[in-house]
Amino acid sequence: MSTLHTINKSPFDRNSLGSCLRVISDSDAILLIEDGIYAATSGTIFSDVVKAAVQSHSVYVLGPDLSARGMKEDGIVEGVNVVDYEGFVDLVTEYDKTNSWL
Amino acid sequence: MAKKFLFVNRKAPYGTIYALESLEVVLISAAFEQVVSLVFMDDGVYELTRGQKTDAIGMKNFSPTYSALGDYEIKNIYIEKESLEARGLTLDDLQHLVWEDEDDDWAEKDSIHLVSSKELASIMADQEVIITF
Repeated sequence: MSTLHTINKSPFDRNSLGSCLRVISDSDAILLIEDGIYAATSGTIFSDVVKAAVQSHSVYVLGPDLSARGMKEDGIVEGVNVVDYEGFVDLVTEYDKTNSWL
Repeated sequence: MAKKFLFVNRKAPYGTIYALESLEVVLISAAFEQVVSLVFMDDGVYELTRGQKTDAIGMKNFSPTYSALGDYEIKNIYIEKESLEARGLTLDDLQHLVWEDEDDDWAEKDSIHLVSSKELASIMADQEVIITF
């Protein structure tokens, strides 16, 4: 069964993203929300991790959470897709279950 | 209708309330006769250390409760090998948890399974509901 993994913590603060990537399955996707969006920004020490992740999984970031934090959509890692709240809902319905990492 | 629930524990026991809250939700889910499995990874492996003594910090030591999980038909408790090793721990440092198999003259069987990240990925993929703490 496919899983949508939501990550809501900055990778600089917590290892949620790293742990998620350790146990993710091929058919799963990642959605970065809240402080998790910082992982999607380019030029960070985590950019290579995210670049590798988009090679094997669909990776999304929530646009409103980018905007709220002053992060630009054109400043995110290539291959990461920006979604709005409707896109968030679509993703939740598209995958069999959601794993909300804390 | 019973569903396969997996509770993923990733927090150390006393610094935040997550570990205790998770344990309560686990017991409630099992009481409602769901098929419940547990994962301990990241700092969650510290929840199961032996010999916790909380008298001096004024908090309830909830670690003995884990030994009751077997009575709630919780037979699968997965420990991520990578997390355990990263913290310099082995299974000997953790509680020995068992369940009793009524089909085998109530023989005590190990609930704890040491698994790699890769094995954990397929265990997680197999679940219907995942709740991470």
